[in-house]
Amino acid sequence: MKKLLAILLLAPGLALAAGGGAKLDRAPVDLNDKLSLQRGAQIFVNHCLNCHAAAVMRYSKLMDIGLTEAQVRDNLMFATDKVGDTMTTTLDPKDGKAWFGVNPPDLSLTARSRGPDWLYTYLRGFYRDPATKSGWNNTVFPNVGMPHVLWEYQGDQLLQSADKGEAKLVLAQPGKLPPAEYDRYVGDLVNYLVYMGEPARAKRVQIGIVVMFFLAAFFVIAVLLKKEYWKDVR
Amino acid sequence: MAVTNKPPVTGAGPLNGILTWFDQRFPLMVLWKSQLSEYYAPKNFNVWYFFGSLALLVLVIQIVSGIFLTMNYKPSAEHAFASVEYIMRDVPGGWIIRYIHSTGASAFFIVVYLHMARGLMYGSYRKPRELTWIFGVLIYLCLMAEAFFGYLLPWGQMSFWGAQVIINLFATIPVIGEDLSVWIRGDYNVSDATLNRFFALHVIAIPLALLGLVAAHLMALHETGSNNPDGIEIHENLDPKTGTPVDGIPFHPYYTVKDIVGVAVFLIVFCAVVFFSPEVGGYFLEYNNFIPADPLTTPAHIAPVWYFTPFYAMLRAIPSFFNMQVWGVIVMGAAVMIFFALPWLDRGRTKSIRYRGPIYRAFFAVFIVSFLILGYLGVEPTNIWGEFPKALPLVGGDYIATWVARVLTAVYFAFFLLMPWYTARDKEKPVPQRLT
Repeated sequence: MKKLLAILLLAPGLALAAGGGAKLDRAPVDLNDKLSLQRGAQIFVNHCLNCHAAAVMRYSKLMDIGLTEAQVRDNLMFATDKVGDTMTTTLDPKDGKAWFGVNPPDLSLTARSRGPDWLYTYLRGFYRDPATKSGWNNTVFPNVGMPHVLWEYQGDQLLQSADKGEAKLVLAQPGKLPPAEYDRYVGDLVNYLVYMGEPARAKRVQIGIVVMFFLAAFFVIAVLLKKEYWKDVR
Repeated sequence: MAVTNKPPVTGAGPLNGILTWFDQRFPLMVLWKSQLSEYYAPKNFNVWYFFGSLALLVLVIQIVSGIFLTMNYKPSAEHAFASVEYIMRDVPGGWIIRYIHSTGASAFFIVVYLHMARGLMYGSYRKPRELTWIFGVLIYLCLMAEAFFGYLLPWGQMSFWGAQVIINLFATIPVIGEDLSVWIRGDYNVSDATLNRFFALHVIAIPLALLGLVAAHLMALHETGSNNPDGIEIHENLDPKTGTPVDGIPFHPYYTVKDIVGVAVFLIVFCAVVFFSPEVGGYFLEYNNFIPADPLTTPAHIAPVWYFTPFYAMLRAIPSFFNMQVWGVIVMGAAVMIFFALPWLDRGRTKSIRYRGPIYRAFFAVFIVSFLILGYLGVEPTNIWGEFPKALPLVGGDYIATWVARVLTAVYFAFFLLMPWYTARDKEKPVPQRLT
């Protein structure tokens, strides 16, 4: 019977092991790396926030990643916003639809719906494609409406081969950053997007560890109590 | 002078006075003794017997965390999604409450499924506990309704489209279906009106029914006494001197202290999920539900949360006959409702699987495996295992997973419908007189 119980408890885990999808590169997510999060926040504000909003993210939350209120106000905000405001965009949804074919989605929770690996691969997977409206295409999001916003940094990529789902890109014209540094640049941005998706995450794990120690002690006491009471049951 | 003729309470030290005061105005000691300190339970409960008290614990966890969520949640199509994120970000400790509630939903079903499996294994539904079983199945039905209504509230893509799919099931009923589905939604589409009524049902109507049913479940159980892994009645073997069951021990303190150990283990697993992996790979919190509901964009793959998937797999597997799609809905409904008939389908002379014969054991094992595989198939798209070659007769070009689900659905029903036949014929082992 114990075996059956074990199977029942494992079943969801087995289901997890299955499943697949396109091959994605592993994003270097480290929420304890405050410098990476700060760089990511800057990239986000400078390059993403023009079109995409993060409507549930408050600027003041950026103080959790080691920035002071003055730093946030002076470097990361538009003059008209207040520190307690959320990250909205001035792009009119109608314009967005007209320019890109679709209104740029809110990015507050994209790291949770798409996953960091998808974002990391997507932001490094743009290539030149004259057949699309924007002149850009993407390996993990075919015919995406968004042009390559970080093009200056990465440079121009071209699609070399696309056989059997594995797309191979070559750098035709280098950008401002060498490839390894561009990867780190995108890595910082994705790290920030993960943070923004769930600002409480780092704290959650910290509290969890304390909770585990507490419950372990509770378990030991509960077992001792049970043994004491059950001594006389034969 | 005493209010009634009841003797004063003794043995509670400094509390004697106040307990006596209460006892003379309320059946305090009678209840305490009959339900706890002199309620005799078999002494051989094993690990399977933790899940009843754990289900009660999860119910309390859900009610308490739910109350706190309600304080900040806004049941409107315009604000619901943002108000959940407000809880996650701006309400102090809000994320803990929300993860406790979302993890509690799945934990409830895990615990209840294990509790039901225990009932099946040891024949806890058999005479004289039929009514305990029926109240239990009603609790399970309420739980499904509660989970379904609650899942719409975060107003994410899966909330919206999951509700859309389930409500459309009612539209397949001939003649009245269309009107019925509009009546359930309160609109022609899942909308603000639907969200509002689901909120009302989720926070008050179903929880009230649940609490009443849990009370009835426990009262019926305490009337007959608990079953045990040997499936024999401890009340048939009383100590001539005390008149209490020889193989029984008072529920309190023995099982109260033992259940605390179960609670500790449960909380360790529960909190590990809450604090380290609240999404559980998209099974407890679906990734697509982090996208706000969008009536104009249908997700590529709509899957219900894992606890509904065995029944969802059956629904998808049943084809339409006579130009009607209602058959899958009927099969899915029957798959749940058939649990009510279980006490009268089983004709075995023994209750516990320990003394059952090989035929029952084989049927039981195949049933459990079918249920698990159906659960897996319900999570995945139907094309997961590809198609049969076109040249094959009958099944050519159909999805393999669809046919597997059909066969497993048949197995699922065979376990119940053939039960009167195979339990009466099985070669059972002799049952001991005393607990082992």
